[in-house]
Amino acid sequence: MAENQRTGAPLALRRRHHSASCRELAVRAPRLQLRALSTLTSAVWLAAYGLFVLCENSMVLSAAIFITLIGLIVYLHFVKVDQESLLIIGSLGIQVTSSYASGKESTTFIEMSQVKDVVINEAIHMQKIIYYLCILIRDPQDPQGVSEVVPLFQSSKPRLDCLIEVYKSCQEILQQRETAPQSSEIK
Amino acid sequence: MVLKVFFPTCCSSAESGILIGRWISEQSSAVVLAVVHFPFIPVQVKQYLSHVQQVTKIKVSVLGSWSNSKREKEESLSKFLEDLGTIFAHEPWIQISKEGDSKFWSCSTLQKESNSSKEEEIILVYYDQRKVMLSQLHPPANTSTDPKADDASKLTAVFDTVANSKILFMTDKYDDGPVKLTHWQSDGVEASIIVELLKQASVPVCLLLTFLLSLTSVVCKSRMLKFWPLSFLWSKLSTCEQLGHRLQHLQIISSSKKAQNQTQLMRKANIFVSLLIDVALGILLMSWLYRKSRIGHLADTLIPVADHIAKELQDLLQWLMGAPAGLKMNRALDQVLGRFFLYHIHLWISYIHLMSPFIEMILWYVGLSACLGLTVALCILSDIIALLTFHIYCFYVYGARLYCLKVYGLSSLWRLFRGKKWNVLRQRVDSCSYDLDQLFIGTLLFTILLFLLPTTALYYLVFTLLRLLVVVVQGLIHLLVDLIDSLPLYSIILRFCRSYRLAAGVKFRVLEQKQGKPLRLLMQINPLSYGSLVQRYRLPTCSCYPKDSWTSLCRKLFFGELIYPWKHKGEKQD
Repeated sequence: MAENQRTGAPLALRRRHHSASCRELAVRAPRLQLRALSTLTSAVWLAAYGLFVLCENSMVLSAAIFITLIGLIVYLHFVKVDQESLLIIGSLGIQVTSSYASGKESTTFIEMSQVKDVVINEAIHMQKIIYYLCILIRDPQDPQGVSEVVPLFQSSKPRLDCLIEVYKSCQEILQQRETAPQSSEIK
Repeated sequence: MVLKVFFPTCCSSAESGILIGRWISEQSSAVVLAVVHFPFIPVQVKQYLSHVQQVTKIKVSVLGSWSNSKREKEESLSKFLEDLGTIFAHEPWIQISKEGDSKFWSCSTLQKESNSSKEEEIILVYYDQRKVMLSQLHPPANTSTDPKADDASKLTAVFDTVANSKILFMTDKYDDGPVKLTHWQSDGVEASIIVELLKQASVPVCLLLTFLLSLTSVVCKSRMLKFWPLSFLWSKLSTCEQLGHRLQHLQIISSSKKAQNQTQLMRKANIFVSLLIDVALGILLMSWLYRKSRIGHLADTLIPVADHIAKELQDLLQWLMGAPAGLKMNRALDQVLGRFFLYHIHLWISYIHLMSPFIEMILWYVGLSACLGLTVALCILSDIIALLTFHIYCFYVYGARLYCLKVYGLSSLWRLFRGKKWNVLRQRVDSCSYDLDQLFIGTLLFTILLFLLPTTALYYLVFTLLRLLVVVVQGLIHLLVDLIDSLPLYSIILRFCRSYRLAAGVKFRVLEQKQGKPLRLLMQINPLSYGSLVQRYRLPTCSCYPKDSWTSLCRKLFFGELIYPWKHKGEKQD
């Protein structure tokens, strides 16, 4: 339903309302294309075979297989993000999870007392303007200040219409907080 | 405000009773620590709680009631549980009830002044009591600067509550106290004879070690070793620095003072493990070296290699004295420089040959030092390389000094050319009117220096490259030594085997939901990533290499200033 800002690949946004104050929003990136993977692998192996014909050293072939395997593992484990989800629990905090294609999950939990606001920011990237959602972290010394900005959905980069939906449901929960609501939107 | 109940998973099968724990009012969250079973006498429970409060300094109180009924809900029991709220006054009185094997518990609160019109929302958060108790929370670096701000953090409060109430968990299944509790229990403390013996032995061993260390440090600090040539030598040999570093480590380990906090404890453990592994690797290396007379082979190859290097250097000098790469040098200066360096190499070769009968013996004794650890052996290797390439170092210094002189002469004469001079008092360039003969002499000298510059620059370039090669090899060895020295191995092993012990934070998982029942979350411990672990627990090293940036290094090389070992001395003189 949403699209990637840069590549235009389709993304899926899934919303789950667990209760009044607990919501989960997940952006799922397209799965790894088998065609692209096999093309890349065969290209590497063909290049290796060409080298092998030229220099007649079988080390080249085994090195090519080895490099492909290692590269695939590294790509699946550290680069390819399958799903990025945002779990907002009112009065507890916001949890940002990104799960990689290999099943590895990296999670950060930000407590509600630290969260100042969730906003949509715009930034100039190369020759165009892109929008991204970010969490503003409150500065412990200065309650009005912002000490850190945590960008969300960094790898899937959904478009503005998708971000607005996420933003609206975030704000609904954030407004339930009893602390004085701040509305310092940069949008 | 949403009410949060932190409930230990081990209590989910406990029999009916009352919940005891800590109420954190500013966050409106209740941390349940244990369940007290029926039957009990309220006075005894109150006494027990006050005793626990005294020991742990935590406000432990009765939070509410817990009913675990196998069959249908009994009307009388629920009435009784509500009545309990009047005995143990607590605001609000939390009632959790589990029916049968249902995963969904009903949860309600009871306010004394029932003026709250709307139903309060409740979140049930399950946590693993043992893991939370044993884990060490590592807050991110930016919040740890302000200790007051940390107190406001909810999770720290929850973690502290569970960790500090250790006294509550000390009793195991077989203890018969006045009150029956359910909470996480250790399966009894296992006693091992070996561990006990080791514990007993560690005290005298530490005392002996401390005594020996103090003796060694007294000897090291004695005045005999402080005279000029010796102290200079000590500061230049990396082996001595490494030994001193290890001595400090041993002193830290064997000190009888108790580690005050977790960081110091981890530091001690890290040093201990890194020392053990270092020595183990060193002994492995030694056993490899002394088998099959490998030392003899090494000594036999070392001399020919040194000879070969000297021969190559001679060839290089011969090449430089001719027309290197087709460049036409100043012949007279070229010959003088070349002969000077050749004579130096000649001296060096005769020195090596004088040494050759003793090399094997020296290597044999030096190899014994590997039992002090791999790092010491590596440092000795680096020192041996430094000693064997001393001629390259000398060439480099001569070349650099000559080149430096010329560059400075040229720059000052260039100022004379433009009618300026360097004002030492004001530290700036002033204009100045020169006489005709001054200008004449200056121009003459400038021309001479300019035409002689390529010859010296060539020698300087070649020897700098050689020197850089040696420095890079030494740097790699020192990098390896630093790696062994600074890697927090104990923390890494702990993170690998017991990942919950070092927590960066928590993560929540939403469990199955049912309409009308409270939200259920599972709190899990988010382990510290390896990168931040190494950053946090890294041991300080004796970094004896300069922290030059690349640009400043290039600048130094261009102006002919000396790099690497001389930098330290320059800093001290400043």
